[in-house]
Order: sequence, then C-alpha cells, then structure tokens
Amino acid sequence: MSTEHASSKRAYYTVFLVLLVCTYVTWQIAYFDLGPLNTLAALAIAVFKATLVVLFFMHARSSPRLTWIVIAAGLFWLGILLVLTLSDYLTRLWT
Amino acid sequence: MPDQPAAVLHEHFAHQFESLDHQKEVSLLGMWVFLVTEILFFGGLFLTYTVYRHMYPSAFAAASHELIVWAGTLNTAVLITSSLTMALAVAAAQAGQRRALMAFLAVTMALGCVFLGVKAFEYYTEYVERHIPGHGFQFEAEYAQPAQIFFSLYFMMTGLHALHMIIGLGVMAVMFWLSWRGTITSEYSSPIEISGLYWHFVDIVWIFLFPLLYLVGRHVH
Amino acid sequence: MTTTTAPARHYINDGYGIRSWLLTRDHKRIALLYLAGVTFFFFIGGAFAVLIRLELATPAGDLVSDETYNKLFTMHGVMMVFFFLIPAIPAVLGNFLVPIMIGAKDLAFPKVNLASWYIYMLGGLFTLYALVSGGVDTGWTFYTPFSTVSSTTNVIPTALGIFITGFSSILTGLNFIVTIHRMRAPGMTWSRLPLFLWSMYATSLINVLGTPVLAITLLLVAAERVFRFGFFDPALGGDPVLFQHLFWFYSHPAVYVMVLPAMGVVSELVAAGCRKPVFGYSFVAVASLSIAVLGFLVWGHHMFVAGVSVYSALIFSILSFLVAIPSAIKVFNWTATMYRGSVSWETPMLYAYGFIGLFTIGGLTGLFLAAVGLDVHVTDTYFIIAHFHYIMVGGTIMAYLGGLHFWWPKLSGRLYNEGLAKLSAGIIFAGFNLTFFPQFVLGYLGMPRRYHAYPPEFQVLNVLSSAGASILGLGYLIPMAYLMWSLRYGRTAGANPWGAVGLEWTTSSPPPTENFAETPTVTWKPYDYEHAVAGAEGHSA
Repeated sequence: MSTEHASSKRAYYTVFLVLLVCTYVTWQIAYFDLGPLNTLAALAIAVFKATLVVLFFMHARSSPRLTWIVIAAGLFWLGILLVLTLSDYLTRLWT
Repeated sequence: MPDQPAAVLHEHFAHQFESLDHQKEVSLLGMWVFLVTEILFFGGLFLTYTVYRHMYPSAFAAASHELIVWAGTLNTAVLITSSLTMALAVAAAQAGQRRALMAFLAVTMALGCVFLGVKAFEYYTEYVERHIPGHGFQFEAEYAQPAQIFFSLYFMMTGLHALHMIIGLGVMAVMFWLSWRGTITSEYSSPIEISGLYWHFVDIVWIFLFPLLYLVGRHVH
Repeated sequence: MTTTTAPARHYINDGYGIRSWLLTRDHKRIALLYLAGVTFFFFIGGAFAVLIRLELATPAGDLVSDETYNKLFTMHGVMMVFFFLIPAIPAVLGNFLVPIMIGAKDLAFPKVNLASWYIYMLGGLFTLYALVSGGVDTGWTFYTPFSTVSSTTNVIPTALGIFITGFSSILTGLNFIVTIHRMRAPGMTWSRLPLFLWSMYATSLINVLGTPVLAITLLLVAAERVFRFGFFDPALGGDPVLFQHLFWFYSHPAVYVMVLPAMGVVSELVAAGCRKPVFGYSFVAVASLSIAVLGFLVWGHHMFVAGVSVYSALIFSILSFLVAIPSAIKVFNWTATMYRGSVSWETPMLYAYGFIGLFTIGGLTGLFLAAVGLDVHVTDTYFIIAHFHYIMVGGTIMAYLGGLHFWWPKLSGRLYNEGLAKLSAGIIFAGFNLTFFPQFVLGYLGMPRRYHAYPPEFQVLNVLSSAGASILGLGYLIPMAYLMWSLRYGRTAGANPWGAVGLEWTTSSPPPTENFAETPTVTWKPYDYEHAVAGAEGHSA
C-alpha cells in the first residue's frame, strides 16, 4: 500500500516538474519567429501538458475504460464543433 | 459482485447503490460526464476565438502584446502547483491522513487565491490602460475594432475561468470542512477525488488559455 | 373478470405533505413534479399559438401590432421548445421509467434529479417573468445582431431563463447516462434493454454534449447586450453568422432530443400493441445512437441562405440526407413489427400509428429541405413551419400522449375512460392535419413565416389552419379532464392492464417507492411475448 502511494507521489512530483518546464518552454518559444509553427508548438505543448494532468493527476490511467470513452467523446465533439464551423470560415473565399 | 457484506451501512452510503465502491465509481463517472459538458461549454468560446483570430491575426497579435506575460506565466505555474497539491490531497485522503489532507487542501486554496489576486491585478491594469471593451475602450486606430473583440474574448474567457475558480474554492472550502469534521476517511474519500477532478479541469482550461491569449505573435518587435 | 386492488403502500401514499413532495428524492415523484411543470408551460405556449392563429385568420394585421405579433411567435417558440418539447418525455416518462426498466431502485443521483426539477422551474419562471414584463420579439432563434443590438425587449431575462433551464437538461442527461451504464440489475445486458432506454440514452448523449454550447451562446448574447462586445455585430467587426453556427450546433441536435424519446415511446407502444418484439431490435437500437451522432453533423442546413460558404453548405446538405436514414430504418421496422402482429386499436396504439404516419410526412419533407436548391425557395416560409410541426406536434406530442396513456395505469394505479380517450385521439389527429397540412401548401406558394399580415389570396388556407388549431386545442383539453378525473374515480388498474412485457409491468401499479420488492434478475429477451403470460385484464372504465 505505501509503496503504491510512494510511487504515485513520485509520479506526481515528476509530472509537476515536467509541467513547469513545459510552461517555461511555451513562454520562451513564443519569442522566436517560427511562423505558423509558433501556434502549433504552443498548442502541442498545451495538449501534452493537459494529457499529463488527465493521465496522472486525474488518474485516468487507472480509471475504467468507460472513463476513457467519456473523455474521448468530449474531445471528439469539441472537434466536430471546431472543424465543421471552420469548414465554413476557411472556404468562404474559395472560388 | 462486491465482497463487502450487504449491511455495509456507512452513514454516507446511498441505498440505490450496491456498495460504497459502486457508489464511488459511479460518482466519479458522473463528474467525468460533467467535465465533458464543461469542455463543450468552454469550447464555444474557443471556437469564437479561433474564428476571430483567423479573421484578424495581426490585430490579435497586437492586442495580445498588451497582456502582462509575466502575470500569465506566473499564474500558469501557480495553477500547476495547485494541481500538484490537489493530487497530494487526494493521496492523503485515500491514506486516511487527515492532517496532511487538510494541509494540502489549504495550500491548494491559497494558491487559488494567489491566482485570483494576480488576475485582479491584471484586470485593474487593463482598466487603467482602457482596454476594457465598451465606451472607454482605446487602442491604436488600425486595430481598434478587432482588438476590442480580442479583449472581449479575453475578459469572457478569463472571467468565466475565474468564476469556475471561485466555485472551485467554494468546493474546496467544503472539502476542508468535511476533512476537519472527520467525515473523510480512507473508506470514504470520494468527495475529495471528485472535487480534485473538477480542480484539475479548471487548471487544464487555463493551460490552453495561457498561450492562446498571452503569447500571440510575441516574437514581433 | 378479476377484481384488482391497489397495493396498500406505494410511492404516492408513502409520505404525505407538501414537503415530502418538494423534497422528495424518488424519481417517480419527481416525474410527477415535471408532469405538472411541463403541462403548465404547454398551455402557456398553446395560448400563444391560439393568438397567432387568431391573427392569421384574416390577411390584415388587425388583431395585434406587428411588434406584438413578433413577441407572440417568439414566446410560443421559446415556451414550447425549451419548456415543453425538450423536457417532456425525458423528464416525465424517462424519469419515471428509466430506473424501473433497468431494475434499479432509483437513478444514480437522486438529489441531482430533484435539483434538475428546481432548476427547470426556476428557468421557466424566469422566462415567464420576462414574458409578462414585456415579452421578447427576436424569435426563439435569437438571431443577431437584432437580438444583441436592436431589439428593445426582454432578451436578457429570456436568455438567462433558458440558460438556467439548460442545466436541468444537462443534469438529467448526465443522470440517465450514468444510470444506464452502471445501475442495471443483474442480467440486464445492453441487448436486453427496452428500446425506450436506448432512445433515452441517445437523447441524454445529445443533452450532455449539445446543451453546454447553447449555454455559452446565450451567455455571449447577454454579454454582448450588456457590454457591447461585438462578437456578433458587423458594425464592430463581428460576424452574425458565427452566432448561427453556435446556436444551431445545439438547436439542431435539440430537435433529436425532442424526437428520439418519442421514437422510444413508439417502439414500446408498437411492441405492446402488436404483442410482438420490435422487428430488427439491434437496428433500431443502433439507429437511435446514429441519430444522436449524425444529428450533430447537420446544423448548417439551417443556414443555407445565411451567407455561409457554398462548400460548407454542400457538406451539410449531404450529411442532412444521411441523418434521415436511421429514422427511416425505424419507421420500416415499426411497420414490419405490425405485420402479422396482433394489432390492437387501443388509445396508446392509436397515437403510435398516428406518430408513424405523421412523422414520416414530416421527415420526408425534411429531405426536401436538405436539398439546397429546394431549400432556398422554401426557407423562411410556412413550408418550414409545417415541416417541423409535423414532427414536433404530429410526432413528439402524439408519442408523448400515447406514452402518457400507456403508462398512466402504472404511474397512477388507475384506468382512464377509453371512449373519451379514443375520441380525443381522433380529434387531435383531425385537428392537427387541418392545422398544418395547409401550411405546406402556403409555404410552397410563398407565404413567409413570422409575418402578421399576408396577401389575401392566402386567406382560405389560413382559415383552414386556424380552424384546425381550435379543434386541436379542444383535443388537448379533453385528456386533461379525463386523466385528472381518473385519478379520483378511475377503476383500479392492476399491475399489467395491457398484458405487456417489460420490467415495469412486473411491479405493482403504482409501484412501491423502491420500485421492486426484490431486485429482479433478468434472463429474458426484450419484448419476449412468446413466453409472456397471456391476458390483458381489459380496461374500459
């Protein structure tokens, strides 16, 4: 029992440090001109951070499969909202 | 089937469940489903942001420049730390460590207050610089209209996020009180876990708000 | 004929006094609280409909001013959509039946269920306040920038009222999803679930995934009105079409929230009314889920003339054709169920057959509208109004009434007067078609919607429609009377007056608070009429 707790606590601290490092990187990388990659990098790092929080802090790793499906459904539906709406905005100027 | 005796009558056991474990599992699932609704709720704002950033990229960059980057970065670190302490609070609850639980909850709440304090400072600065949308709004003429849209989004998104933080603080206060009363035990730690899920979600929203609001086109000048 | 006696202790007499009702956690009592609420709001929405049809009986705009007329159709839409059609079947029949049909003692979160009712009533009363203190004139669709900039009416209280009520849908949906996943009795596998539950599950998915977007959209409208943000105001660099994307992302799936539960009811009615399993059970179940998912992919068909990109319109058009397929599968399967079934003509079944016919007409006209080329001619005309009323009224309301009649003996322990019930069903069917069929013609001929005056050549059809509306209104009043009368004077129902198969028919009428004396273990297929004990006990009062 205590080793389980100790290892999960170690995981928490590790994830915490990684999250701080990622925050620092996000901040610093913004000052370099990478063109469209700026936004992509910022979002990619944000997604990575969020994934860590979900997997470790929110215990998704040890949650039942149904929890995974619920999370996936939420993200997928957000995707529908964004993609189908942008299908209008991104094609308005097409001839 | 659970191997707890049928007469497990923990005072917080609800009769429609088979066991405390069943109750905890179902309650956690309920919170996850609720968080999905929150994803879609904030999602509408993220969509609005995406559309207008696509329409007015330069104005968004110019407006984003006006935000206080160190405050945003600091707040990101503050929230990440509060997620750590929240996770440690849950671990303490599951291990039945009442004092550690209360300590971690208190630190989490303190960090939440720090976040709100920094936010208040930022809002005040934006007020002074006349970046609050409406009659008094001022911005360089070339980008004034879309910059106002940016700031409208900024206030809506961070405002709604702050509201969720405040609700989170309320929830944590209740959790603190329950821990203090001894209601939370290693057997019955689900309220802490469920509240923790909510708190982490609020953190995740900020993780996305930070680069999208504060770091647009920062490489310019 | 055997005499039946009501059980000594059941959920209605298990605790007296107003506190035992207003603080109840029993899903069955909460269902009745909702029944009161939705009925109240239905008649308010109906009153607005009466005024609308009264105005439209003559071509001149002579009953009310154009501004008042705008308020009439707005409030009619708001009341009917948000406070009747969306909650009715899920919150009344769903709340009552979901735990019983899966063999559970209650929903997963009973206190949340009660909170849902209070939130619903709070939102409704908020909106009612907005109504009596001046009304709203934006249409239930709140299009911008009129709603955010120009309208001088009570947009914000109405938007907030709907916002509040939205949480009721979200929490009920959450409750149903978790309950159906995790609270089923032993042996109640997914493939043994009654189709009503598949529909409630699919509906709950929509409620949980779609309503939050409406919530944020209404908040944005209110914020824009208060703070002049400019998200949807072209004068400030905003795009009004963005509002429409956000609004319809919810409001199109919302129509499936309105029709999926109705389809679930119809599946139950057809199975019981034909004493046969529903043909193609798994297809119907999967069709329910498909409608829920596909329903989220088609919202742009409300915006073909709004200024969206033509490529986007094409995508939405194709997807809108696709979403008709699962609905069609259901209609085919219900029809196939009736084939060589022991078809009954009792009131609930009459409503079910009415649904099948009228929903088919409404649904087919939806296909006309999915075609961009046709839609641009009939959009914003009475063709659209007829289309959605065929589905909402000819479909959902008929199914709701059918379900209410079918399960009335279960929830009240009483039988209603079958003669009056059949009469009402006939009046409703006749009144409905007289009201709305002329509107298809009117729309096709070009009469626009949301106008309080029209050219004289449209009068005959409008008069027919208004006449139909009065008949329809009468038709709705009669069940109110005999159902309430039955509560006091109706014959005792007994556990299974229809001889139907389903867990709800194995417990007493009304059921005990904990639903079952012992948690059942399910070992039979759904609609297992082959092995069911024969014998409806007869039920004419």
